[in-house]
Amino acid sequence: MSDAITSEWTFRGYEMVVGLEVHVELATRTKLFSASPNRFGDEPNTNIDPVTLGLPGALPVLNRQAVELAMRLGLAVNCTVQRSTFARKNYFYPDMPKAYQISQYDEPICIDGWLDLPDGFRVGIERAHLEEDTGKSTHVGGTGGRIHGSEHSLIDFNRAGVPLVEIVSRPDIRTPEQAKAYVSELRAILVAVGASDAKMEEGSMRVDANVSVRLPGAEFGTRCEIKNVNSVRSVGRAIEYEAQRQVGMLEAGESIRQETRHWDETDGRTHTLRSKEDADDYRYFQEPDLVVVDPDPEWIERVRFSLPVLPAARRVLLAAATGQRPDAEAILVVTDRDQDAYVLAVAAAGGDASRALVHVKEAFADEGARPSVPAAALATLTRMEIDGELTATQAKQVLAELAAGGGGDARAIAAAKGFEAMDASELETMVDAAIAAQPEAWAKYCSGEGKALGALVGAVMKESRGQADGKAVTALLERRRDA
Amino acid sequence: MSDRITPEAVAKVAKLARLSLSDDELLHATHQLSDMLDHFADIDALDLDGVTPMTHPTPIANVMREDIEMDCLDRDEVLAAAPAAEDGRFRVPPIIGLDD
Repeated sequence: MSDAITSEWTFRGYEMVVGLEVHVELATRTKLFSASPNRFGDEPNTNIDPVTLGLPGALPVLNRQAVELAMRLGLAVNCTVQRSTFARKNYFYPDMPKAYQISQYDEPICIDGWLDLPDGFRVGIERAHLEEDTGKSTHVGGTGGRIHGSEHSLIDFNRAGVPLVEIVSRPDIRTPEQAKAYVSELRAILVAVGASDAKMEEGSMRVDANVSVRLPGAEFGTRCEIKNVNSVRSVGRAIEYEAQRQVGMLEAGESIRQETRHWDETDGRTHTLRSKEDADDYRYFQEPDLVVVDPDPEWIERVRFSLPVLPAARRVLLAAATGQRPDAEAILVVTDRDQDAYVLAVAAAGGDASRALVHVKEAFADEGARPSVPAAALATLTRMEIDGELTATQAKQVLAELAAGGGGDARAIAAAKGFEAMDASELETMVDAAIAAQPEAWAKYCSGEGKALGALVGAVMKESRGQADGKAVTALLERRRDA
Repeated sequence: MSDRITPEAVAKVAKLARLSLSDDELLHATHQLSDMLDHFADIDALDLDGVTPMTHPTPIANVMREDIEMDCLDRDEVLAAAPAAEDGRFRVPPIIGLDD
């Protein structure tokens, strides 16, 4: 996996330059500036109040927990927390009843951080600022709920005023794999520190990608902003498509227009949404209804010391315990599923961490969950594997039985199944029988045709009713051949 | 009158604010805004090195509330006050074209 992330991406000699803007909804109980619930999936327009609706005279009051969560996230990605202010970003849109969004502009709460991808590639973080979410529009009429051709729109303000943090990366990303790894890692951190549930499918985490292309070493090209990227996979697809589109235009002698483009998941393309408004057109100015937010050092340090061990450090621990690289797929999957502590518990109970890692990863691939087996039981099982009492296949069967019973004695189950370490001489007899029964396969194997090995091993496995250790059989065959 | 702002710039700002101005009103607003900019020019003329820009009239910081839910407005009552509603939502004209 590490190779995929670090590998170069170029297209006809051009490289991509990508920065990501990630919006996340903070896991507060209430909205950023009012006391309506911040809750996904409620009946439309039930979580509304005068501030949410921008009614005359309504005044915003900042939610302390939103500030704290923004600090948690900022500190987790190595940002500096600073004195910050709110500004009004003025524009007209029906999902914004005040005709401005309260955001942070020139003085964001978190600045100058970074995030290391699992393979060690560092992506700079320019800023992370607080702002309020907008309402949700449903477009009626037209085709497929699209905004174009719709007859009218329906607005639900439940989401309006929900606290968001926008995390803006530096334009350090050069490949689709890096972009995907950045989003995955950021999501893992957000969940780990409790800042957000970061569910892309529910919209509590949304990614916009700024994409440009250039010949290596040249100045940055004109960038386009890609919206509507709703999964980690789409992030990779959308920026790859967009970068190739821009290269195509440049090669055709055209210039890139700075604009906002919409990613269409079904046709796998980006489409012009609108030409980019100049920042000036939003007429930002200080929000007069809110005062400065200036967390004192004591608050900042309290938040910093309350942070949990972050996913990157957990991967390093798990990697060390299992003898893997921190960016090995099993390490990534098992940590992402929060099962690293379980694997370490198996090791602490005297089990083999490396075998436990394999079992947990396979259980996720097969069942979507870890084996529901006490760490001590899995410890015994992995010990038996290491000691040669069980083959990998047998261990899997015993584990399935343990999981079905919610635990139990691995040794007793293995014995009941008749799984006993095969006597070495017994195995040798079976191997010799397989060689004698398939002289052609044996001849081919001896003359260097690796494929012939399968038939011989298969015969032994069949004869032993699956109880032989495939690795031991192969080793024995090699020894016979080289004798 | 000073010419610190052009009628074109005022027209642009009016458009962004969704204000429809007649030619006379545009000229009037241009005069008024130019006069205001004159006042700011008076401030600009002062030597303000070392003065921290003031963004708020009070030195208060960190006014926050606890993250506690309170009662919401009644949806039916709110929607009854809206120009149009449908399915528990505010009904608004088609969104594309607002900028034209």
